[in-house]
Amino acid sequence: MTSEMREITYRQALNEALAEELERDPNVFLMGEEVAEYNGAYKVSQGLLERFGPKRIIDTPISENGFAGLGVGAAMVGLRPIIEFMTFSFSFVAFDQVVNNAPNMFTMSGGQFNIPITFRGPNGPAHQLGATHSHATECLYANVPGLKVCAPATPRDAKGLLKTAVRDNNPVLVLESELLYSSKGMIEPAEIELLIPLGQAEIKREGSDVTVICYAQTVPLALTVAQQLEEEDISVEVLDLRSIKPLDERAIYGSVAKTHRVVIVEQDRPFCGVGAEVCYRIQKNIFDELDGPIARVSQEDVPMPYNERLEHAVLPNAEKLIAAVKKVCYA
Amino acid sequence: MPELQMPKLSDTMTEGTLVAWKKKKGEKVAAGEVLAEIETDKATMEWESPEDGTLTEIYVDEGGKVEVGQRIAFIGEPGESGPAEKQPEAKKDEPKTAKQPQAETEKPASAETKEKETAPPQEKAVEAGVPPARTQPTRLPPQTEEARVKASPVARRLAGELGVDLGTIQGTGPDGRITENDVRAASKSARAVDGPAQPPPRKPPAAIKPAPGSRIQLSGMRKIIAERLVASKAPIPHFYLNIDLDAGPLVAARAELKAAGEESDTAKISVNDFVLKASVDAAVRVPRVNAAFDQDAIILYEDVDLAVAVAIEDGLVTPVIRAAQKKPLREISETMKDLAHRARHKRMKPEEFQGGTFTVSNLGGYGIDNFSAVINPPQGFILSVGAIRKKPVIDDCDQIVVGNRLEIGMSCDHRVIDGALGAEYLKELRRLLENPALLMV
Repeated sequence: MTSEMREITYRQALNEALAEELERDPNVFLMGEEVAEYNGAYKVSQGLLERFGPKRIIDTPISENGFAGLGVGAAMVGLRPIIEFMTFSFSFVAFDQVVNNAPNMFTMSGGQFNIPITFRGPNGPAHQLGATHSHATECLYANVPGLKVCAPATPRDAKGLLKTAVRDNNPVLVLESELLYSSKGMIEPAEIELLIPLGQAEIKREGSDVTVICYAQTVPLALTVAQQLEEEDISVEVLDLRSIKPLDERAIYGSVAKTHRVVIVEQDRPFCGVGAEVCYRIQKNIFDELDGPIARVSQEDVPMPYNERLEHAVLPNAEKLIAAVKKVCYA
Repeated sequence: MPELQMPKLSDTMTEGTLVAWKKKKGEKVAAGEVLAEIETDKATMEWESPEDGTLTEIYVDEGGKVEVGQRIAFIGEPGESGPAEKQPEAKKDEPKTAKQPQAETEKPASAETKEKETAPPQEKAVEAGVPPARTQPTRLPPQTEEARVKASPVARRLAGELGVDLGTIQGTGPDGRITENDVRAASKSARAVDGPAQPPPRKPPAAIKPAPGSRIQLSGMRKIIAERLVASKAPIPHFYLNIDLDAGPLVAARAELKAAGEESDTAKISVNDFVLKASVDAAVRVPRVNAAFDQDAIILYEDVDLAVAVAIEDGLVTPVIRAAQKKPLREISETMKDLAHRARHKRMKPEEFQGGTFTVSNLGGYGIDNFSAVINPPQGFILSVGAIRKKPVIDDCDQIVVGNRLEIGMSCDHRVIDGALGAEYLKELRRLLENPALLMV
């Protein structure tokens, strides 16, 4: 299989996933701002209008609550909508639709309506977008029962998870990363159907001294730091969660039982962040495996500054991660 | 009305055995009346009721062993019963091995228990970290409980698996926390010491058949003895001085006192009493030996608090004759007899066998000629007294005559007492013992 592997971008991978699912199932459609005529604000839906026509690739007005709600309604009558938010910072306009309508319909209707909807789009801080456009929403949505949340870091994971999300009979959020759209990675040939189940983490790099738990944008950061620390004889295992919810606890405990030391590096904010939950579960379930307190590296607990230097200071970065790794390794 | 808890009857007491109840359930008690007999790590003591009332509940049966602070009885109005909370069970011998990791199961109840066990009240840790106060040099600093060993969870588990005692490891983590690597290193070096050349056998438990025998669980006292002696011999740089002195005058003086009147108290003054008195008087004349080492200072004690080793069933205790320099020979003799008697029957109060500025250990009665005792920390030295023996000696006229000889050894903490100082003390001791009249004035 490896000989046939090819290299594509994260953006291309998402595009392939969309095209394959639109092709496979006529009930699938894509809706959002600029997804059709403009080929997507980040060109993820490049060529899809031409290929699938305006009934299935639908441009909307700037009204997230409107088209997100429309998507929920479409899902109730049997379609499989893919709703693109130009950024998940704008999903807050549709908070009621995403948090109240989509995940609760199934139980509140007594099981009459499945909501097989996919919400997708870039999530998390990018570069100098300011406080209102830099939100990392994974911890907010993972907090809601009935929502599944994944955050792929590589082209392969992006394609495999998005395809799985579209096929899921419940609301799934695929949180992409603006900063990763142009990143490249190896992936199976297009003929092979790539489906990556939700709730499966992946060890992106093996190590023995410390487990760095990461997802989305912090995966490349963790891999860079792991490379750097190898020169200092610290062996870092990089565990990419891929799915925030469901969470792959088995993979986490397996890795921690091997290394006994944990740093969680996340792109969201510290208070009630994803790392807080992961940290709690580790200490609760495998306390005896720990060799020291668990460290977290996240954003600082402030609104995101526009100023480039300040933004760097607020975001998780290599210096902070290295310091945290050394601390838990007593190095 | 109060719930009564296992009292802390000595500084080192962590648990107590309820030997006997002196009141029955339902019986009236007055404050000050003896309620029970409790065995601590060193003695069995009578325990008085702190309250007037009726003994309405007894939570711990005779023979039960519970930790200090656990409730043992309830005193209330007649018919009143204690609070209905769950009764703490008498302490079981819990295995100290760490639990196996449980990946996806949780046991909140046991986790809570564990937390309680491993987290002592804050003040204990603080207390243990503070060096003993030096403001009252006449009393030894109180012995504090050993602070909880700080170790990471995996270090604890590994230590259990590898059979490494966490107490022996110096942690390299923050605040001395013992880490996984510390335990592995300790285990490795322990194995290196045990058998350098031999590869470890695959199944040691099956290969080695233990010799037939019985395993005697350590009593509280034996545990304390073990801890105290390791705490002495390991860190204290011992050195040893020995003298051999003419005990002829001593034997004569003792005989005279005995002959003076069978009924009088003086008849009961023993050779050992003379040695005790001489050891005290010599310390008064060479006061720098009456001292202890304390981190960055040497403490010089004003009083000579003489500790005397007394063998009792299953161990020994060291009752203390306080301010012995103020007591004449007869009083030392009487005090000693009383303390020894009560020690043998475990009827001593804790303060009677704690402290002491130095110790005298006499194995002469067992036929030992000379030996080197282990210092009782934080004391500066201990005297090892042998038996008086008839030996050929060369007298002043170069004649070989029959002499009575007594050998005394002195084990010193070199940080406190140098060779010359120890020698000076022994010289004084010899002068006093060879001229026993000096001890009677």
